[in-house]
Amino acid sequence: MNKIHLFVVVLLLMTVGWVVFAYKAFVLHFPLRPHATSNVWNIEAGVSFEAQGKPTKVALFIPKSTSRLAVLDESFVSQGFGLTTTIEDGNRRAEWSIRKASGKQTLYYHAVLRLVEHRGALVTVKAPQVEEPDFEGANLAAAQAILSLVKAQSADLPSLVGALLQKLNSRPVDNNVALLLGAVPKEKEMLETAVGILALEDIPARIVHGIRLEEAARDVPIVHWLEVHDGKSWQAFGVKSGEPVGEDDLLPWWRGNQPLGQIKGGTKLKIKLSVSRKEEAAIEGVRGGGDRLAQLFLKFSPFSLPLRTQAVYRVLLLIPLGALLITILRNIVGLETFGTFMPVLIALAFREMELLKGLFFFSLVVGLGLAVRFYFEKLQLLLIPRLAAVLTVVVLILLGLSLITYQLGIEHGLAVALFPMVILTMTIERMSIIWEESGPAVALKRGAGSLLAAALVTIVMEIEFVVHLIFVFPELLLVVLAMVLLLGRYTGYRLFELMRFKALAGPG
Amino acid sequence: MFGILARLKAAGVLGLNRRNACYILPYNERRFYPRVDDKLLTKQLMLQAGLPVPELYGVAEVNYQVQGLMQQLSGRPGFVVKPAKGSGGQGIMVLLEAVKDMYRRVDGVLISAGYLKLHVFNVLSGMFSLGGQPDKAIIEERIDPNPLFKKINYRGVPDIRIIVLFGVPVMAMLRLPTSMSRGKANLHLGAVGVGIEMASGRTLVGVHGNSVIFEHPDTAQSLAGVKIPNWDELLHMASRCHELTGLGYQGVDIVLDRAKGPMILEINARPGLNIQLANGTGLLKRLKVVEQHWRELKNTVQRVSFAKEHF
Repeated sequence: MNKIHLFVVVLLLMTVGWVVFAYKAFVLHFPLRPHATSNVWNIEAGVSFEAQGKPTKVALFIPKSTSRLAVLDESFVSQGFGLTTTIEDGNRRAEWSIRKASGKQTLYYHAVLRLVEHRGALVTVKAPQVEEPDFEGANLAAAQAILSLVKAQSADLPSLVGALLQKLNSRPVDNNVALLLGAVPKEKEMLETAVGILALEDIPARIVHGIRLEEAARDVPIVHWLEVHDGKSWQAFGVKSGEPVGEDDLLPWWRGNQPLGQIKGGTKLKIKLSVSRKEEAAIEGVRGGGDRLAQLFLKFSPFSLPLRTQAVYRVLLLIPLGALLITILRNIVGLETFGTFMPVLIALAFREMELLKGLFFFSLVVGLGLAVRFYFEKLQLLLIPRLAAVLTVVVLILLGLSLITYQLGIEHGLAVALFPMVILTMTIERMSIIWEESGPAVALKRGAGSLLAAALVTIVMEIEFVVHLIFVFPELLLVVLAMVLLLGRYTGYRLFELMRFKALAGPG
Repeated sequence: MFGILARLKAAGVLGLNRRNACYILPYNERRFYPRVDDKLLTKQLMLQAGLPVPELYGVAEVNYQVQGLMQQLSGRPGFVVKPAKGSGGQGIMVLLEAVKDMYRRVDGVLISAGYLKLHVFNVLSGMFSLGGQPDKAIIEERIDPNPLFKKINYRGVPDIRIIVLFGVPVMAMLRLPTSMSRGKANLHLGAVGVGIEMASGRTLVGVHGNSVIFEHPDTAQSLAGVKIPNWDELLHMASRCHELTGLGYQGVDIVLDRAKGPMILEINARPGLNIQLANGTGLLKRLKVVEQHWRELKNTVQRVSFAKEHF
C-alpha cells in the first residue's frame, strides 16, 4: 500500500515538473543556456576632422528605431560641441556644431541596438510618392530601353528587380548601361540609376546604406543595397545579384543618396564604424519579447523578485540539488560523513572561496580547533563551556589567519564570512567527539568523507549551466524531490558494502 | 563489481538500506524506541518481567547528586558508569576497584575522583546521548565474566548478541573485547565478533573490522568450537524481549556472569550488520523465513525451537 502511494506521488511530481519545464523551454522559449546568441549589438561611429578655427558643423546619420530595430541606448562624446538630432525623410541625423575649433577633432557616437527576429507577417507600410527621375534626352531613352528589356524578361516585381540589377551588373557593359553609367559602373551610381529606372515604372525604390553585423570588427565597410516597395512593404535586394536579401545580418543605417557624414567649416572628414555583439543574459530575450503568456510565467518566476533577493535564491535553489547528491553519496555509494547535511553547509561555505583554498583552509582550521579542544579537555571543563571556549579560540585563529594572509599578500580567496565560521565550529565539535569515542581512524575517515562530499557538491553548485537551469526553471526541483523520494525506498546494497561483505560473496 | 553484487544477493546478505527500509522502519515503531534507548527503562521492563539484569547501584540525574553518589559507591568492589541514553558503547566507564582516593579503570589506568566526576558530568550534559539530549548516568554492577572466556578473551566483559525478529532468534554472535577496543565489546570500536551456531551454541569463525579471523588478535587463541553455557536459556531470554519492548527487529545483548549466570545488558533497536561476517552467512534468508512463519509460533518455546531447527 505504501509503495503505491509513494509511486503515485513521485509520478505526480515528476510529471508536473517536466511538463512545466518543457512548456516553458520549448513553447515559451525560456532559454536553456545562460548566454544565448543575443541580438543586441554595440555600434560606434568615430568622426574625425580638421577644424580651421571657424564655426564648424558636422552632420552624421544615426540609426533610427523601427519595428525591427530598437535603439536601446546611445551616447555622444563631443566635448564643447552643441548637439541636436533631427529626423527627416525617414532618416535620423545628429548635428554637432561649434563656434570655434582648430586642429584635429574627434567625436564619437555610440549606440546599443537590438534587432528583433522576423516573426509573422511584415508590417504593412504605405508606399511613398515616387519622385520623377531626372533622366533627360539620351539618358531617358537608354533608361526606357533598359526598362522595357527587363520587363519583358520578368513576371513580377522581384524578378523585375532581379533582372534590372543583373542587367546593370552584366559585363561587358550593355550599350545603354554604358551610356548611363560609363564603362566601369560604380556600385552607388548603379543603385541610383536603378532607383531612377524603377521610378519610370512608378515603383518606389530607395538605396539603403548600412553595415554587416559581425561578432567584433573595427572599421567596417559600408554596404549598400536596394529596397523596393511592392505595394505592401519594402523588400530588400542585393546589389550584385538582384536577389532578395536576407536581412538578418545587415544593419540599415540610413537611406537615400546622401553620404554618411557631412561637414561645413572643416576638412578631412573621416568616419570609422565599429560593431560588436553584446552578450546578454538569455532571459532578456524572453523579457523583451511580446509573448503575453511568457510574460505571465516570468511574473511568477524568481525573475520578478528584486535583484538582491534573486541573488539569494540563486544559491538557495541549489541546496536541494546538493541534498540529492549527498543522499546518493550516502545511500548508494556508502560514503560516511559527519551529519547528514553538514557537507551541504560546508559546500555553501566553500562557495565563498575557491574550492582548493577552501579545502586547505577548512582542514587547517579544523585541525587547529581539534588540538585546542583536546587541550581544553585536559582542563576538565564541562561540555558547554568547553564548546564556547573552542568557539572563541577558533574565531581568534581565523582572525590570525586573515591577518597573516593579508600581510603576505595572498588574501583573496580567504573571504571569511559569518556562516562558514559556525559550520567550522560545529564540525570541530562533532569531530572531536567521534575522535574521542571511536578513535582517530573513524574520525578522520568521516572527516575526509564529509570534505569529499562537500567538494563534490561545491563543484556541482558552480556549474554555470546548472545554476542557470535551476533558477530559470525552478519547477525542476519537483523532479529533484521525486528522485529523493524514490531513493527513500532504495533497498539495494551500498557500493562500499560490496567491499565490506566481500567475504560473504562465496567463491567467484 | 556486479559479480560481487549478484553473489551477495545470492548469499542473502542484508545491506544497510534494506535493513532500514524493510525491517527497522516497518517493524520498529518509534514510540517503543525509548524502551531500549533509555537503559533505565529497559532495566525496569526486564525487572518487571522477571528477567535478570545487572544490579542498579544508583542514578545521577543532576550535577549536585554526583557527590552523594560517589560516597555511596565507596564500598563497592567495582562498578560501571553508563549514559542512560548512550549508544555504541560510548561513554561507558568500567571501574575495577577503588585504590585510596583513586579508581582503577578496566584498562589498568588509575583515574582520580575528579576525573570520574568530570566523566559523569559529561554524561549528564548529554555528550554521549543520542541527539545530544541531557542524560542520566547509571551506575550499575560490574560483571565478572564466566571463566570460560578467560582463555580466548582479552580484558573486559564479552557479551553475546542475538538478533531477534518477532521473538524468533535469527542469528547470534559472541563479542570479545580487544586491546584496540579498550575492553569494550563493540565491534565498531575494535572488538572481535564470533559467530555462534544457533542449534548447538558453538562458536564458528571470527570477524575483526571487516576481515575474517580465526584467532583472537591479542591472545592468539582459537575462536572456534567454544560451547556457550546455558545456551537455551539465553535464547529464551532473547526471545521474550520482543513482547517486552514491542520492537519487531532488535538485537539483545546478554552477558554471562560468573556467579549469577546470564543477564540482559541492553537491547538495540538498530543492530549492526557485521554479525553476518561473524557467522559467514547473510541475514536476509533467515529473516524472510521468519517473516513467513512467525504468526504460527505462539509462545517462546515454539519460537526458540523454530530457530534451532531452521538456522
